[in-house]
Amino acid sequence: MSLSLVQRSNPVLALYVALAIGAVGGLPFLRVAPNRLLSGEPVYLWDVLQQLGSQQVDALLLGLVVLLCIAVWQPGQRLIQAFIILTMAASLSGVWLLAGQFASSAIQAGNPLLRTSLGAGFWTLAALAWLIALDAIARVQLPTLPRLLLQSAFFLPLLLLLNEGQRLSIAQEFANQRDVFGPAILRHLQIVFLAVVPALVIGLLLAWRMTRTRSLRQALFPILNVIQTIPSIALFGLLMAPLAWLAVQLPALGRAGISGVGIAPAVIALFLYALLPIVRSALTGLEQVPAEAVNAARAMGMSARQLLWQVELPLALPVLLIGLRSAVVQTTGLAAVSALVGAGGLGQIMFDGLFSAANELVILGVIPIVLLAMMADTFFKVLSSLIKTRP
Amino acid sequence: MTIKFQKIRKHYDGAAAITDFNLDIQQGELVLLLGPSGSGKSTILKMLNRMVSHDGGHIFFNGQDINSFNVQDLRRRMGYAMQSVGLFPHRTVGHNIATVPRLLGWDAQRVQARVNELLQLLAMDPKQYAGRYPHQLSGGQQQRVGVARAMAADPDVLLMDEPFGALDPVTRAALQLQLKKIHRATGQTILFVTHDIDEALLLATRIVLLNHGRIVQMGTPLELLQQPTNDFVADFLGRADLGLKQLSLRPIAPHIKAIEGTEPIHTISHTVTFKEAISHMATLHVSSLRVVNADGTVLGQVHATDLLETSDV
Repeated sequence: MSLSLVQRSNPVLALYVALAIGAVGGLPFLRVAPNRLLSGEPVYLWDVLQQLGSQQVDALLLGLVVLLCIAVWQPGQRLIQAFIILTMAASLSGVWLLAGQFASSAIQAGNPLLRTSLGAGFWTLAALAWLIALDAIARVQLPTLPRLLLQSAFFLPLLLLLNEGQRLSIAQEFANQRDVFGPAILRHLQIVFLAVVPALVIGLLLAWRMTRTRSLRQALFPILNVIQTIPSIALFGLLMAPLAWLAVQLPALGRAGISGVGIAPAVIALFLYALLPIVRSALTGLEQVPAEAVNAARAMGMSARQLLWQVELPLALPVLLIGLRSAVVQTTGLAAVSALVGAGGLGQIMFDGLFSAANELVILGVIPIVLLAMMADTFFKVLSSLIKTRP
Repeated sequence: MTIKFQKIRKHYDGAAAITDFNLDIQQGELVLLLGPSGSGKSTILKMLNRMVSHDGGHIFFNGQDINSFNVQDLRRRMGYAMQSVGLFPHRTVGHNIATVPRLLGWDAQRVQARVNELLQLLAMDPKQYAGRYPHQLSGGQQQRVGVARAMAADPDVLLMDEPFGALDPVTRAALQLQLKKIHRATGQTILFVTHDIDEALLLATRIVLLNHGRIVQMGTPLELLQQPTNDFVADFLGRADLGLKQLSLRPIAPHIKAIEGTEPIHTISHTVTFKEAISHMATLHVSSLRVVNADGTVLGQVHATDLLETSDV
């Protein structure tokens, strides 16, 4: 009986709704402080609604609750799921709109230094809106490409309404630091690129050798696995001393920008981390190439190189892409930590915020990192689906 | 084009797999390497295109030792088809067939023309099939493409390693007939490995019967059936129905006689062999059949006694 109840209802959604109700009641939606340095007073969603709200907003909220309740009991209805996706996109931009308008009205009411920052309640509700939408999108059961498009389109209303929140302290913080972001993103991408591209080339070569030399595989995998277990900060630290020594011994290296601090230890460490997923997936991919196809290719007179490019690599590509995707996503995230050894990038903004106790700045550093990782993830998923639909 | 195996030896872990193997193959022959599993027939085939190396003796291809060739050049001059087919799953049928011509650097137009020609030769409509992927084909179609791919660059010799072994009997029979037709039409030299006696008898211009890495007997199908050199040959060919197998090698065409007296009721095509004609008579409980050609014109009759008492070859 309990199984059929689970089949006929959506317990995940019920959990999300319960969490949302908890977040509305228990977590401050916003915090208002008289200036940037003081920590603020909590403001709950209820207060915001009372101050700004109209009966229409209340009616909308009531409608939302009803819709969610229906959706909990009707998980199979695609139309309802579509409604949920739309409503969640609206809710995400809605909480942003509410926060933004509250900030504007608070500043208009008097103190221009007043800081309205986003509270834990806001972030929880925003995250829940995204999770509920993801659940609904999964239930609509679309092919990969439309699904990914829909997931991206979910953020469209929020992007269009971004300006409405310009009085929020996060927007003001962004305005103050605006010049830093462009170069930071470029630097971040540079670090990822410099780590992943060599890891791809060398990882492929290693995997290819491994399919032919068993001992190489037995020797290399333990090393790669151990590297993977070293905490990133420790690995950056471990690389600093030898690189600094190298830069002293070989001044040419130093002049080329390689030294104990900066981009060099970061790129080397991230390269080492990226190696494992790439080698592992490339090897898995190469090993599942049908032996008879390889045999036929050799018997028809393909050289080892032609065999690799024309047969092995194309057939290993779908699996390789999975590893490459996790390598890129992982490197994008880890590159944030590399700011600690002076490599720059978006991690720099994050740590600046952390060290000056400016939470909004931390978030401003984190959001682009998350977005970059998500974009990379989506890019490779699209690529994989295009390759899979081809034959 | 000539191929010469001279005193070939091969050992695996000290045990002899091939001992003193000698064979000459002339242009246009369809040589069947026949034998039970483990007889070394496949090894011999793979030695020719150097997928397996030989430990002793020499193999000459057009008078030149095969070890003096660049191995890739050598293989591109020998088509290769095998039981597991080994089509490239990421490439279309057309692209698969074009593999060796592309390796040889043919221009696109010539490759395209050759792909179409081969698909037609193997009774597959180029328009319908050239763009398909291997997984969209039946087993028989895949093997046709495998054969087409092996023949693509007009190889000097076609090496076939039990190519029809995994197919169902109907498809196998169709492909065997097709291969026979292609061999007759093109004069393509073929070296073909099988353990299937009927396949060997049907296809071969010459059979090389192997056991334990040695040649036991060599000759035309009829020679093997009529004069098996020892018990192994007779047993392997199927001692009990050696006679029936001989019947399957003789066409009835030379034995058609004018109809005298009552005309037989049942008819049979003039292209069949003794075996089919006699089988027909047995099922219908008659001793003579009316012979007709494709248009249905009556050519005469065949009689059981004529067929069974004849001794010509």
